[in-house]
Formats: sequence, structure tokens, C-alpha cells
Amino acid sequence: MSEPIQPQTTPGSKMIATMALVASICGVLIVGAFEGTQDAIAENKRIMLERAVFKVLPGAASVREYAATSAGIQPLAAGASLPEGGVKFYAAYDQAGVLKGVAAEAAGKGYADVVRVLYGYDAERQVIIGIGVVFMRETPGIGDKIITDQAFLKNFEALDVRVNAEMTALVNAVKVVKHGTKTSPWQIDAIAGATVTSKAVGRGINDSAQKLMPLLVPHIAELKS
Amino acid sequence: MSLPNQADEGITFDTFMEGVWRQNPVFVMVLGMCPTLAVTVSAVNGLSMGVATLFVLVSSCLLVSLIRHLVPKEVRIATYIVIIATFVTLVDYLIQAASLALYEALGAFIQLIVVNCIILGRAEAHASKNPPLKAVVNALGMGVGFAIGLFALGATREILGAGKLFGITLFGDNFQPWVVMVLPPGGFFVLGGWLLLFALLRSRKEGKVQA
Repeated sequence: MSEPIQPQTTPGSKMIATMALVASICGVLIVGAFEGTQDAIAENKRIMLERAVFKVLPGAASVREYAATSAGIQPLAAGASLPEGGVKFYAAYDQAGVLKGVAAEAAGKGYADVVRVLYGYDAERQVIIGIGVVFMRETPGIGDKIITDQAFLKNFEALDVRVNAEMTALVNAVKVVKHGTKTSPWQIDAIAGATVTSKAVGRGINDSAQKLMPLLVPHIAELKS
Repeated sequence: MSLPNQADEGITFDTFMEGVWRQNPVFVMVLGMCPTLAVTVSAVNGLSMGVATLFVLVSSCLLVSLIRHLVPKEVRIATYIVIIATFVTLVDYLIQAASLALYEALGAFIQLIVVNCIILGRAEAHASKNPPLKAVVNALGMGVGFAIGLFALGATREILGAGKLFGITLFGDNFQPWVVMVLPPGGFFVLGGWLLLFALLRSRKEGKVQA
């Protein structure tokens, strides 16, 4: 700048008035956008959840949200918060309204970030019958084999998660074993080269099932109605 | 872009092309590198981020230009940031409504558009001194330039790192994906490659002028 700087004084009231005006315009815009998109976002979230649940529980046609606490199981209203100490799960029903199974989320620390999976549970046989990845940032080509590796996914066709007679824990904790050494139905055969991610899935499922199954199994009959 | 009957003088093809080519934010000014490197793991991600930034850039430049005589100098940056943050929030909601999968892929980088220096830079250097139409045309050029840059990076990384483009497999089963290209270091490699290409083009052109 070549011209001398002249001290300019804008009255404070004008500054405040300008900021207030701009802030009001912006506020109106944001509220408008929120109101306009809220329904679409809620619908999107519902579709995404349904798609994830249907994937792990084939044949399901509708999903209901529940919370399991030490006091029993209660349906969870949309948008309601989870009760203290509760575990969230989804009950899935087929066209005729028969219980197809239960889905719940499991999370374990992976290589890059938390790996979150949804697992499908067959209440009749007390086994996990499928998993789907909800969120992960694992290394492409290595950790993301948990989605594509058929041998790994075979672990979750009938993974044993029976609850003991005292209803306190699983009879056998879900455990990830070295690739090729799986001997029992509660073990998960890790992917060679992606052990950390495999273990994250296994540990997550174990943590979640140890918490959820003892709360859920005594009340499973309530879901069938 | 031709605007023959415009009363506003000074809007030329160059007003638009400045951002697309001569001052391209990614390849020439090397601005906004944070989203450029982080989200361009696929062509779709790059393009979506580019379009989101384009929307924020054009809308905030329009508003800044409209109120340019009203805003006292002392509070102009604060005002611009409030305006930019508003449009980023709008984009945030719109992307969630359009596709949650895309929203999760872009992650925190949507909110971080607020601090993208291209936008504040355009608001301060151009929109606050020019009439609305000219500001919008210029912002459109910059936004398109940024989107092209992100798309170029995203497409290159997806082709090399996954053997796909827009999720469609390009090569046969014999293609071994070059995984490092979709990892963070690959972002630097590909950006470096593009910058090299642009530097080469520029030096060629300068050489021709001198000769």
C-alpha cells in the first residue's frame, strides 16, 4: 500500500449490527437445511441399518430395536437413549412375523482404527451365523480381507456362543487362533497376514456376546411373540 | 462461458478460466492439500469432495460479494468465516441426506472445508472486491479447477491402487493392484507426479515464448 494508513474507526455498534445480521441470515439457512434434510437422513440411517441386519440374517424382512439390561429386555423407541448398563440389539423377523434371529454390534481395536462388525445370532442353535463389517479403516489388500476372504467368513457360519447354565457367561469364550489350527466351533481361524484385524473381529464378538447373551438368552421367548 | 449482454464489465472468459487452468488451486497454487491428499482414494470420493467444496466456494463468495459494502473492515474475516461455516453445515446435511456411505468415506474432511484456504482466500482476495456475478464466475472457475484436481488424483490412485475406475474393474485378473497408491504415501506420489507434469508443461511453454 502506497497511501498512508489513516486510522479509521468504525463504531462498535455497527460492527455488532453487521455480525448480528450475518449470523441471523446464516442461522435461518442452517435451520432450513436441517429441517429439509432431517427426514431423508433418518430414512437413510434406517435403510442402512436394515440392509446391514438383513445381510447377516438372510430371510429377515423387518427389524426392531431392543435394549437388554439386567432387568430384562425392552423395545427401544426410535431416537431413545440406551438405559444404563444396557446392550443394544436388533431383533429381525421374516414376512410372517417369525423371529429369524438377533443382530448386535461388536467392536475391537484393529490395526488402524476400531473395527466394527454386526453379527447375526441364531437363537435356536445359539450360534453366530454371519458377520458384516460396519466400519473399518484397515489396510486395503490386507486387513480388508475380513470382508472378502471366504475361508475366514466360513468361521461365522456356525460360531458357538452357548451360554452356561448359570447365565453368567459363555460356555466357551470366542477365541481367535493361528491360521489353520481351528479345532472347536468356538474358535476363529485367523487370516494369515491379517492376524491383527482377525483378532479385532474375534475379540469384539467375544466382548459383545459375553455381555449380551447372558442378558438375552433367558428372555428370548419374549421376542418370539 | 460467454456472457454477452452482461452489464457488469470485466467478466471475461479469463475470469472463469483463471481457477481452472492458470491458477489451478491444486496443480499451480498447491492450496487445500489436506483434503486433496486425504480423501482422494477413489474417483468418486475425489469428485464428491470437489463438488462439495465448489458449492461452498460459490455460495459463500456470492454472499460475501452481496454484503461487501456493508461489512466493516475490522470484522470482515469473522463475517466470512461465519458465512463459510454456514454453507459447510449445509453441505454436511445434504451429503448425509444423499448418501451415508459417501458421508462416512469423506469423514471429517467435510467439516474441514471451513478451514480450506482456497475459500477464505477467494472471499478475501476476490469476492469482497467484486460485484456478485463476477465473484460467482470466478469462484465457479476455482471450484471447478479444484474438483478437476481432486478427480485427477482420485482417478489415478483408484486405477493404480485398485485397478478400478468408479468401482468398475478395468483390467483382467492378472492385474496386481498397486496397493500403496490408495494408502497415504500414494497420495504424495500421485500428487508429485501431477505437479511434475504441470511443471513440465509450464517450462515447455516458457521455452517456446523465449525461442
